[in-house]
Amino acid sequence: MTGDLSFSARQKLLLIPVYTLLTIAAVVTLVPFVWMTCAAFKNNADFFSSLFLPTGDGFLGIDWSRLTITNFKRLFTELSLGNALMNSFFLSSVSALLATLCSAAGGYALAKFRFAGRGVVLNLVLIALVIPGPLLMAPGYQLIYKLGLLDTYAGLILPGVAPAFGIFLFRQAAMNAIPHELLESARIDGAGELRIFFTMVLPLLRPMIGAFLMITFLGTWNNFIGPQIILQSPELFPLSVAINQLRGLYGTDYGMIMSGTLVSIAPVLALFLLLQKEFIAGLTSGAVKG
Amino acid sequence: MNTPAKRRRFRSEPTWVPWLFLAPFLVTIAVFLAWPLIQSVLLSMQQTYGPRTTRWIGFENFTFLLGDPLFWKALRNTVVFACGSVFLQLPLSLGLAMLLNRPGLKGRAFFRLIFFAPSLVGLVFVGLMFALMFEKRTGMINVALHALFASFNPEFPWLQEYVMPALILAALWLYVGFNMIYFLAALQHVPAELMEAAALDGAGPWQRFRHVVVPEIMPVVSFVVLLSLLGSFQLFELPFILLNGPGPDNSGLTIVMYLYQMGFSANDLGYASAIGWMLALMLGTFALGQRLWMKKEEAK
Repeated sequence: MTGDLSFSARQKLLLIPVYTLLTIAAVVTLVPFVWMTCAAFKNNADFFSSLFLPTGDGFLGIDWSRLTITNFKRLFTELSLGNALMNSFFLSSVSALLATLCSAAGGYALAKFRFAGRGVVLNLVLIALVIPGPLLMAPGYQLIYKLGLLDTYAGLILPGVAPAFGIFLFRQAAMNAIPHELLESARIDGAGELRIFFTMVLPLLRPMIGAFLMITFLGTWNNFIGPQIILQSPELFPLSVAINQLRGLYGTDYGMIMSGTLVSIAPVLALFLLLQKEFIAGLTSGAVKG
Repeated sequence: MNTPAKRRRFRSEPTWVPWLFLAPFLVTIAVFLAWPLIQSVLLSMQQTYGPRTTRWIGFENFTFLLGDPLFWKALRNTVVFACGSVFLQLPLSLGLAMLLNRPGLKGRAFFRLIFFAPSLVGLVFVGLMFALMFEKRTGMINVALHALFASFNPEFPWLQEYVMPALILAALWLYVGFNMIYFLAALQHVPAELMEAAALDGAGPWQRFRHVVVPEIMPVVSFVVLLSLLGSFQLFELPFILLNGPGPDNSGLTIVMYLYQMGFSANDLGYASAIGWMLALMLGTFALGQRLWMKKEEAK
């Protein structure tokens, strides 16, 4: 007994340096977020005179009255950042929904159907997975131009409607989550193939759907180079492009730039907090199998 | 496998169904992947001005590229960044994952969440944040370093003269937690019985790490190294935003940034495509290298 106790006590003692290191790393990770949030609520004079919040004789030694939401007001009135925010939401939601639906359908077909040509399609998926994006930048732009899709959302959304890595992930998920017997009995009962897909297959793929919606939403939200190349009209710009232009407009008005950045990243951080378990499970599901 | 019952089951599925479900993938891959890929081969042998005006020049793009000092500079910067990723970022990620994997640790999910948070932030936004944080006198990084070490120069010119270290630091903040997720998942799959057996046999912590943990997590390590190399060689947006361009004297120019500049500022989509193929060649080499490495590991 005593031996056991001292063992667990020793284990606890050993955890102290672990907690210390983890806490230091966590602080280093969080400090930029805190710094940015503070900067977003300061005017330009306070940005330069205080590192985080302006000091004074208020609560916690901080002069709370000097904080301001002027930066945010100006972003939404002078700059119609609200418009860019809506653009980002629209682009990201539509891209995520389409990509998830088409990937789920394709992955399910590859996992649960035997048909001539399946091996070829599977190889196509694997080839598409390894083609580096930058290789397609120049010819992709030329194609979008020839299709007349420059400066349209279609030019951004259509190429990503059924991404290969989505097909791949959903194929893995469908192989594990959907029993053959279930499909078979549904067919015997006379259910149509589309009905089977929407009412039986999609619900069984739910965990992967959550993860993949999140992955594609984030990917589109954070995509900069796509809209930068394809869009030309400022009223179509999503946040990534619009925020980068703040630097040209408000070169040294750092509070404006940081409040714009905060507005851009807060929604995705909130979304992640809601869905994080599914997201991380989906992220690692392909990797740890091997 | 091929029992009559099973064969009959497959025959009962209408053959058009899988093709219907795969149609979006097949159409987009034909239009937005296969076609541009063919075009990219053709483009790499042309000199273009914008999407319309072109001229055939054969392999001239490639021969010019090999003697192009800016391309070599971009390659050098990219290699420096990749080394920073593999030799600095990944060991730190593995270290964090091992700390988080300590038995009896409380708050694992909480720490994991914090470390992962930066990788949710888009590269544009990270670039803007760090551009301000690396400012000479007012940036948080110099202020903090000067407060911690009085001898540190508060005017340290990160974005003027130390561009690559600045880039590697920003990427460190961004990706350490992301890679950690993979390492942590791998460590959690190391069988506890193996560790206990090794401990009973008198293996110390280092021996257990070297002879039990490392072989078990090797497939994931090689996968993460490959991902890291592929990502590093495609680095573009982070330096592009952080430096608002290629940086002083092109000190932050990367391969993909050069491709972008050639294609979309100089408007030569042909030369950009040639750069794209050089990049694809390098990435293919890494992927092949990883496969050979894993084959060797398996043979051991």
